[in-house]
Amino acid sequence: MVEVHLWSGLRSLTGGHHVVEVEAKTTGELLVALVQAHPQLQAPIDAGVSIAINGRVIATGLTEPIPEGSEIYLMQRLRGG
Amino acid sequence: MALDDRKSDFTFVGTRPNRPDGLDKVTGRAKFGADISAPGMLHGAVLRSPHAHARIVKIDASKAEAHKDVKAIVTRADFADVPFRPGLEGEFYNVLENVMAGEKALYDGHAVAAVAATSALAARDALKLIEVEYEVLPHVTDVDKAMTPDAPVIREGAADYSVPEGMHPNVVRYHESGHGDVEAGFADADLVIEDSFVTEATHQGYIEPHACLGMLGNDGKGELWCTTQGHWIAQKTCAALLGIETSQLRVTASEIGGGFGGKTTVFIEPVALALSRKANRPVKVVMTRSEVFRATGPTSSASMDVKIGMKKDGTISAAQGVFRLQGGAFPGAPGDMTAMCAFAPYNLNNVKQIGYDVMSNRPKQAAYRAPGAPMGAFAVESVIDELCNKLGLDPVDVRLKNAAHEGTKASYGPTYERIGLVETLEAAKAHPHYAAPLKPGQGRGISCGFWFNHGGETSVSLALSEDGSAQLMVGTPDIGGSRASMALMAAEVLGIAYENIRVTVADTATLGYNDVSHGSRVTYASGLATIKAAKHAVEKLCERAAAKWGIPVDAVKWENGCAVPSGPNAGDFDPMPLADITADMGSTGGPISGHFEATPEGAGVSFGTHIVDAEVDPETGKTSVTRYTVIQDAGKAIHPTYVEGQFQGGAAQGIGWALNEEYVYGEDGRLQNSIFLDYRIPVASDLPMIDTVIVEVPNPGHPFGVRGVGETGIVPPLAAIANAVSNAAGVRMKQLPMSPPRILAALKDNG
Repeated sequence: MVEVHLWSGLRSLTGGHHVVEVEAKTTGELLVALVQAHPQLQAPIDAGVSIAINGRVIATGLTEPIPEGSEIYLMQRLRGG
Repeated sequence: MALDDRKSDFTFVGTRPNRPDGLDKVTGRAKFGADISAPGMLHGAVLRSPHAHARIVKIDASKAEAHKDVKAIVTRADFADVPFRPGLEGEFYNVLENVMAGEKALYDGHAVAAVAATSALAARDALKLIEVEYEVLPHVTDVDKAMTPDAPVIREGAADYSVPEGMHPNVVRYHESGHGDVEAGFADADLVIEDSFVTEATHQGYIEPHACLGMLGNDGKGELWCTTQGHWIAQKTCAALLGIETSQLRVTASEIGGGFGGKTTVFIEPVALALSRKANRPVKVVMTRSEVFRATGPTSSASMDVKIGMKKDGTISAAQGVFRLQGGAFPGAPGDMTAMCAFAPYNLNNVKQIGYDVMSNRPKQAAYRAPGAPMGAFAVESVIDELCNKLGLDPVDVRLKNAAHEGTKASYGPTYERIGLVETLEAAKAHPHYAAPLKPGQGRGISCGFWFNHGGETSVSLALSEDGSAQLMVGTPDIGGSRASMALMAAEVLGIAYENIRVTVADTATLGYNDVSHGSRVTYASGLATIKAAKHAVEKLCERAAAKWGIPVDAVKWENGCAVPSGPNAGDFDPMPLADITADMGSTGGPISGHFEATPEGAGVSFGTHIVDAEVDPETGKTSVTRYTVIQDAGKAIHPTYVEGQFQGGAAQGIGWALNEEYVYGEDGRLQNSIFLDYRIPVASDLPMIDTVIVEVPNPGHPFGVRGVGETGIVPPLAAIANAVSNAAGVRMKQLPMSPPRILAALKDNG
């Protein structure tokens, strides 16, 4: 199990929870598990998210491995110029 | 991406060879967007709305169609009708709506029709024959006014899930993040300062206007030549907007005369293709400067409230910011990025940031170097400067005391890996500039800045020639010297001279998909792909050498451009140079190439610290920047001259944004200053020599340690200059640009 920290703007979609515990070995599995736990998270995930694993920001990849016990933050997808 | 092959000693990387595109550019041989023509070519021109907000009742093009020189006219009806849905298709819809207006013209300059004629003059004349009946609607161009209850609604239903109930429909995205308890933190502070700040929209100001040549047949096959930061996104977007298959459109990127984020989308490209499809002839479209200003992406304007609490020893006890950004008549203003970047340089226990994306009747904002970050830094770093002044603290010491470092919980959530902010601040403190005395009337400003950087989808191919030279094909348009950097990285791996490697920006039919040159990703991601592609080729070179020597391939290694036996048991053979292997490669297994395709996910974040001295003339309000020093973490500078150029360019553009550049709208919602005479970007005589210090704290996510450098350099200047000007003038400047009238008004208000 890994704990996923959400940005505070998402709390209204998770019944006030800012940390969601899910079973996931990859970034893709993590997003699926988040939606299973809280279906309303589908909208922000569709709008675009990045996932920080131990501080390393995974911008888009769904196949990145998530080591057990990692620090995981869901972030809004980054855009650049 | 796991990296087990980190390198820290270099032969080619870190040197400063001549740029490979230098001769082409100084002799005029380089082909930019407008430098192309085709047999039978027509010229396109675009009719634009004179109204900030108007319903298009009727378009009558019959007189223009009857003109003998006119070969095609297009309106919105000539584009694919992509249904509006959130996500990727939603943005396609927004781009289509921007490329050619649908039911409403949404800003002054919005395209409503286009003509292809036998000459550029005939096309422009024909525009006058098109009659458009408008029903003019109320408009709003100011971000704060666009959020008020009585503001005209630009598009109903554009808000997404994130917007709290009860907000105006023009508020289309909302972001909130942070950690700790800011109220408790403010209560713990010895001094709390809360203030409001405003920045105006500025244009990226690239010297080359948008230009393209499109050819599209009724068989759905097309060719497009254009100036762009990303020809694959141009391919994908044009194909979607025209209802053709992506792979049937081949897009070639011209040389690019500046982009800075503004050429990461399409404007005239689908229009040229639609005209070509109708006329069955190639169509060239070149924007005027006025069109560039009126109808291509400026940055967002911003209205911001920042509150910071500080202890007497300089410790920040709490920080809070509300950032409202308008992004024109479409969703997309980077209020979320402003919020996430604003406090990122600092190690904070209590922080809260809120960002709004607000629509108004202005052109669709486009990215501009670290989109959203400079505005937030301006507000935050101004308040920190004021706190330092009031508490009598040194501004570099205070930033060092609060600086984020490896292990800090970032204001946007995660824990930082190895970062280089402290090193930039220490370099600032040690720099002679920081200790230099100021003359009367001068002020000094400090600011830090942060940007995320990006990886993105990347493909690279490298092919060796029989004579031992190499050609490298990348898919990221060269906006900052990347051909030189790629050649250096390939040279480092192959062990052949920089001059023996030719780097080409390949077209969309020649290479796999590549994301846009944005997010400071090119030296990082295309560089990583180049290193991997070169290593792929080296593996094959080692295989050929092993076969020639009759030893196992794992008994061969690559050193200084040669295959050499690896270890004492591999046999005694003389080193075999690359050119000896490629000389007969056709008969020893075939051509030798290397490839790499991936989405690298290890772009390291980066920080910079700027020191600025400014002098204010109290009689005229004119500001002179007298000294400027940029210090930034590059991870590893591949070609230091280009890195320094990026640092200086960020500072130069920041000086323009801080002091003079702004979109000025009249009461009628029309842009008042759509030429360079009225929209003043800095020229050489406005700028001091900009000194640079490259800090190198390697990025753990890149084989050579590279961090992107293109964007971070524009984050600190607005704040650093504002702090210098405020300290020189003795009054806090809260609105950009700090043009002479605003300085005079501030001095007057201050008595």
